[in-house]
Amino acid sequence: MALETRPTSEAGIADLSHLFRSLYRIRRVEEEVARIYPSDKIKSPIHLSIGQEAIAVGVCDALEPHDVVFGTYRGHATYLAKGGDLKGLTAELYGKATGSARGKGGSMHLIDPAHHVMGSSAVVSTTISHAAGYAYALKLRRSDAIVASFFGDGATEEGAFYEALNFAALRQLPILFICENNGYAVHTPIRVRQARPDGIVDRAEAIGVPSYRFQNDDVLTILREVRSAVAGIRGGSGPRLFECPTYRWKEHVGPNEDYDAGYRTYEEARPWVERDQVVMIGQTLEPSLRAAIESDVEAEVREAFEFAEASPFPDPGELWTHVYAD
Amino acid sequence: MQTEVRPSTRTLTYGDALAEATAQEMARDDSVIIFGIGLDDHKAIFGTTRGLAERFGPERVFDTPLSEDAMTGVAIGAAMAGLRPVHVHIRQDFLLLAMNQLINIAAKAHYMYGGGVQVPLVVRSVVGKSWGQGAQHSQALHSLFMHVPGLKVVAPTTPYDAKGCLVASIRDNNPVMFMEHRLLHYEKGFVDEDIYSVPLGKARVLAEGNDVTLVGISYMAVECMRARVYLQQRGISAEVIDPVTLSPLDMETIRRSAAKTGKLLVVDCGWTMCGASAEILAQATEGMQPGTAPGVWRMGFAPTTCPTSPGLEELFYPNGRTIASMVNANCLGGDPDWTPREEDHLTDKIVFKGPF
Repeated sequence: MALETRPTSEAGIADLSHLFRSLYRIRRVEEEVARIYPSDKIKSPIHLSIGQEAIAVGVCDALEPHDVVFGTYRGHATYLAKGGDLKGLTAELYGKATGSARGKGGSMHLIDPAHHVMGSSAVVSTTISHAAGYAYALKLRRSDAIVASFFGDGATEEGAFYEALNFAALRQLPILFICENNGYAVHTPIRVRQARPDGIVDRAEAIGVPSYRFQNDDVLTILREVRSAVAGIRGGSGPRLFECPTYRWKEHVGPNEDYDAGYRTYEEARPWVERDQVVMIGQTLEPSLRAAIESDVEAEVREAFEFAEASPFPDPGELWTHVYAD
Repeated sequence: MQTEVRPSTRTLTYGDALAEATAQEMARDDSVIIFGIGLDDHKAIFGTTRGLAERFGPERVFDTPLSEDAMTGVAIGAAMAGLRPVHVHIRQDFLLLAMNQLINIAAKAHYMYGGGVQVPLVVRSVVGKSWGQGAQHSQALHSLFMHVPGLKVVAPTTPYDAKGCLVASIRDNNPVMFMEHRLLHYEKGFVDEDIYSVPLGKARVLAEGNDVTLVGISYMAVECMRARVYLQQRGISAEVIDPVTLSPLDMETIRRSAAKTGKLLVVDCGWTMCGASAEILAQATEGMQPGTAPGVWRMGFAPTTCPTSPGLEELFYPNGRTIASMVNANCLGGDPDWTPREEDHLTDKIVFKGPF
């Protein structure tokens, strides 16, 4: 797949204000999560997407509302970009009864079936095959919806990844595989985990899934290419895979930075921070429009955290509900 | 509570009952799909899926890659999307390749997503025995699945229950581990031609008796019925219970019988350590006042790996004679040297000679 490089300001295909709202909203939600976290009000391990938002936003902006996403435990961005209810997210992190999983799933198991956000797993690679199964059902039902499966670079080391790709290619499923490659599995860099760290797309191609690796996390490039791929998938092209390089700014789990921990340096992060997509897309907007969006988002975020704070914890009886479906 | 067996004059094998249940349920509900390795080949999972591919087509009935992990995930994802998949494994041992999906997702999705999704999934798997099945073709791992909230575990013994429980499992909105013993596939019994459902969670009293209660799991219910005949030679009257469903367990039926006989022997077609037999005996006696609890015993696989050589394999499994001997000597304090003479009509009729 050839891909020419174009300056983002010339992309001309995107509603930049919409993209900025989505990027900024995710960033601000997670900054608030990080700010509040030391208070211990958030009763859930959190894996922040800060720095990685452009992938979820670029991909989900290329999807239709009835398309389906499956995510990872670093999934706040995917959930929000696809339209997952913000109050459901904040309340879930607080362990409240009003959370998206009624306070029983936490940050790693966000779900919003009404917006076709079908969940995420704490076990790496686990949801890739769910996405394939969902895509199989959509194809069987002659639906025109497609599925996007998000996973990290670490997932491409699991056997389940290859099994799922093979089935998707074999049955030409309507599915988009999105590898969010932030270069680390917890604290272990990809170069000490994979014989060919640059080989993810080659391996997927060898299985039969046409694949492409982006050069960086330019949101407009992601949007443009994914939009084209989605049109093909919806038309029956079968699965596609995109490897999206990105960088995790915060520690693996928790609200802090960890550039002093020894396994990476801020110098490695700097180029990613300097081309922060939240800032770059924001700079394309008229200052007054940008300020209005920021003001809207701030109000929405404030309201969502107030909602979480004010919501009740689940009743004790909730422990026993949903063990089995009726 | 014993569930009623409806009168029928038609005889069917257990395996054919499974095929009929699947076909009838697929005809009734177009959300039912079935897949598994080798499912549509000429052997058709011992005949249990015969005719389905021709009748319902390759989208609803299909062979799969050798990918138990991902195909279990595919089943879960399809179930989340509203289908009712039946995933078939020709050996239960192969489920060990799918444990992450079964235990981390299938069992938990409804709960950890706060009721946001359901996973109506049936996982059929066959437990092998005889003709040298050996270490990795003979395991019965039902107790692993019984351990996990969110899974149901069904192990029907009779052809009637095979059909009715499979229908009930397909209609259930939860993941159901459906355990079939290879030797049961040949068992014949009365099976209604019409579609029917046997409610999960109900044990069945296969034969009444007063001196001892024998609970036989899956194929061991057959061996317990044989033991009952041998014990009659000694004037011993055994009540035989088939739990049918292992999770949820119908302990009421077992407790009632144990209260009557005062003696409870559970015979499992699995190992005893941390097994179904341990759980049943614990629940049968837990919390009882001293002197009120029944005497309890259990039998199961020898605590070894299953060997292939016939003489060793014979020693590995309980059978009607060893069960009868156990009851006579240990449960009733009879002659410890008594073992009934083998009777031809009370031994396994292995109608297959391999290669499978």
